[in-house]
Amino acid sequence: MNLHPGKLGWPAFYALQARTCRNPALRAYYQAGCPAAELAIGAAPLLALDVETTGLDAQRDAIVSLGLIPFDLQRIRCSEARYWVVNPQRELPERSVTIHRITHSQIHQAPPFAAIAEELLEALRGRLVVVHYRTIERLFLHKAVRQALGESLSLPMIDTMQLEASLQRRQHPPGWLDRLFGRRPVSVRLADSRRRYNLPAYQAHHALSDALACAELLQAQIAHHYSPHTPLRQLWY
Amino acid sequence: MQIELLEIHDHLSRHPPFDTLPESALQQLAQQAQVSYHKAGSPLLELGQPLNELYYIRSGAVETYKRNGDLHNRLGEGDVFGQAALLGRHKVRFAARAIEDCLLYCLPGALIEALCEEHDSLAEFLEAEGQSRLKSAVENQGQASQLMQIRLRKLLSREPVSVAPDCPVQEAAQVMVEHSVSSLLVVQEQANQPPAMLGILTDRDFRSRVLAAGLPPSTPVSAVMSAEPISLQADASVFDGMLCMLRHNIHHLPVMQRQQPLGVINLADILRYESRSSLYLVNNIFNLQSVEELQRLVPDLQATFLRMVNDQATAQMIGQAMSSIGRAFCQRLLELAEQRLGPPPVPYCFMVAGSMARDEQLLVTDQDNALVLDDRFDSALHDEYFAELARLVCNGLAACGYAYCKGGIMASNRQWRQPLHVWQGYFRQWIEHPEPRALLNSCIFFDLDAVYGQHELAAQLQEQLAEQASRTPHFLASMARNALNRTPPLGFFRTFVMEKDGRQKNIINLKGRGTAPLTDLIRVHALACGSTAQNSLARLEALAQAQWLQPQVLEQLRYAFEFLSLVRIRHQARALEAGQPPDNYIEPEHISAHERHNLKEAFQVISHAQKFLRFRYPSVPMRGL
Repeated sequence: MNLHPGKLGWPAFYALQARTCRNPALRAYYQAGCPAAELAIGAAPLLALDVETTGLDAQRDAIVSLGLIPFDLQRIRCSEARYWVVNPQRELPERSVTIHRITHSQIHQAPPFAAIAEELLEALRGRLVVVHYRTIERLFLHKAVRQALGESLSLPMIDTMQLEASLQRRQHPPGWLDRLFGRRPVSVRLADSRRRYNLPAYQAHHALSDALACAELLQAQIAHHYSPHTPLRQLWY
Repeated sequence: MQIELLEIHDHLSRHPPFDTLPESALQQLAQQAQVSYHKAGSPLLELGQPLNELYYIRSGAVETYKRNGDLHNRLGEGDVFGQAALLGRHKVRFAARAIEDCLLYCLPGALIEALCEEHDSLAEFLEAEGQSRLKSAVENQGQASQLMQIRLRKLLSREPVSVAPDCPVQEAAQVMVEHSVSSLLVVQEQANQPPAMLGILTDRDFRSRVLAAGLPPSTPVSAVMSAEPISLQADASVFDGMLCMLRHNIHHLPVMQRQQPLGVINLADILRYESRSSLYLVNNIFNLQSVEELQRLVPDLQATFLRMVNDQATAQMIGQAMSSIGRAFCQRLLELAEQRLGPPPVPYCFMVAGSMARDEQLLVTDQDNALVLDDRFDSALHDEYFAELARLVCNGLAACGYAYCKGGIMASNRQWRQPLHVWQGYFRQWIEHPEPRALLNSCIFFDLDAVYGQHELAAQLQEQLAEQASRTPHFLASMARNALNRTPPLGFFRTFVMEKDGRQKNIINLKGRGTAPLTDLIRVHALACGSTAQNSLARLEALAQAQWLQPQVLEQLRYAFEFLSLVRIRHQARALEAGQPPDNYIEPEHISAHERHNLKEAFQVISHAQKFLRFRYPSVPMRGL
């Protein structure tokens, strides 16, 4: 599974995919290109994305909802927000029903991921994706797109959790005492990270609320620790 | 599919003015909002910059500044800013800066304007520094009160029973029995004209003026009737009727259509509407025989107050009713004192000052009173009587919950128990030489009203004041400066009162910082235009008649005064209901968001009016300098 272009770099990887992809929607996505690594974050079109899943194992579990919201460092644009519930095409464990507050009947009426895949790719086109904990979004999107379109989607992401973890390590490097006692570093979960920037508490585990929460967190992180001129290469993965 | 940004929608729905909007409007706002984060210290809006959005603070705090750099406002979660520009020329009028990390919802101006067209509540809220919001807050009050809505005409159940002036009292009594009424009108038939009402005769008059006086049955009614009785027009409200009866302590009120009597309302007619009304209480006051008995009415007084508040009476109605009850206490105490001491050696008038004189009394109140005596008063011969009379009344009032005046403004104080010419000298002195001490007295005694005895004595003082004050610019200038001593705060921020210099306090004296400064400045204008009115709203009315101030300004003052009074009243009612002693100190955390916005507007009205006062009555050099 090819999740990261490695030495090739994202722009070159996009160019390659744009030439080789057979699926027209994926090809169109890659043809729109990827921002240059030197582009300032303040000039980049961004898109906060969150997926909610039936569980954490990408092999066994599947996506149940997606929320996304386009933004830049000035504004998060609610009018362009999108939200989908999709049918994971397997039994939903009780626990995940209570977490996401999505009911069985909503799931049964929902389309499969394949039915919204092209719409999703169109929304992602030309924008840099911002997530909180990229592993989930990357693995699940990769798998879902491969199942739906027969080819894989790999894309660069800014991970607000990763940013927060490195900021916290830089500001509060763990001392030998902490290591001795096995003290855990400060929490970088979405709600805890937001609190550090005086952002309000939101209802967690709703894909659109979490996407909004993530977009606000990135604006806050840049305002406090970076600048609009910070190049993307320092922020993305 | 409807995209739901619940976090935005729900937060807006809990804060004014959005909490009054229907679901569809909230959804539109939540969908079209843009969100932006700002670090503490970042500038948000620059003066004069073009602006086409309304900003809603989701979290954090923002300060806005006037053109000269002074603090204009400090805002927190759920507050909006930018409306001044949005509804004006789309340019920023108040620069804004984040003073804490902020998350803002930016709402498109076009949408806000469209919603304002549909929803008056939103338009009124956003209208920059208008009185519209106060106006609706005040006008909703009193609408629900039955007493205000029902006309006296509705209470009339029969034609008036009347006799001619030469009718013998025995025959008149028979007419009353025949019709089973407790009062008779005395009416003169006139050729080619409707009959004229000359007087009224009641059950009580038969007892006190006929039987007790030992008059023969043949005495004509004209000899014992009350001539030129107090009456009201048929379209007056039941409340007006109640007040009128309260004020004059009468039990029968002729109701007129122009000059012609339509019928008579008696106490019972109104009591049927209001079994716990202030009228009932006043009636009780006059039936009691001792201070101890009067004292037992204090809980009834509080119940009457609560009842009126719960009936949504206006502040003006409540102030008038409470003042009338206070006057009744004074009057009854004086009657009891006279019973004990015998008739007064020279005529006198018992006067009240301050809120009772203005008909604006609430629950928490000191007694402010004085005696003006006929000029035949001889201190060596008569003062013993009046000193004792005053002592009995002041002690009685204190026993009934009207605390002794800390400043000693009481008839029991010899200085305030003087013949008319001494009082006239006081007034002249205070007006011509407005030194600090004199100004203090002016502020108290220039709200003055007769309660008992020879009302003419007090009336002469009121007229002297109206005449002299208006002709003395340096007195008006001093009163105006004095009226600026107490200023309103800037507004509220979270659970604090915000001062103009940015300091924060957690409590506000709504009398000292709200109604009292307003009363003070209204008094200055009223004195300047030569009005003898005492009540603040009556003074505003007089100022309107004299075209002394702009109608819009008068309207703003009226709404601000009524609203501030209402908040004080509700606060006192809540304290009573919780079994706590009522006061004027309000903690912002106990004020609803709507009330805060309205209070802030009322404070602004006072601020503007105070600025105008300084300009309108400038300091002038003293004569001879």
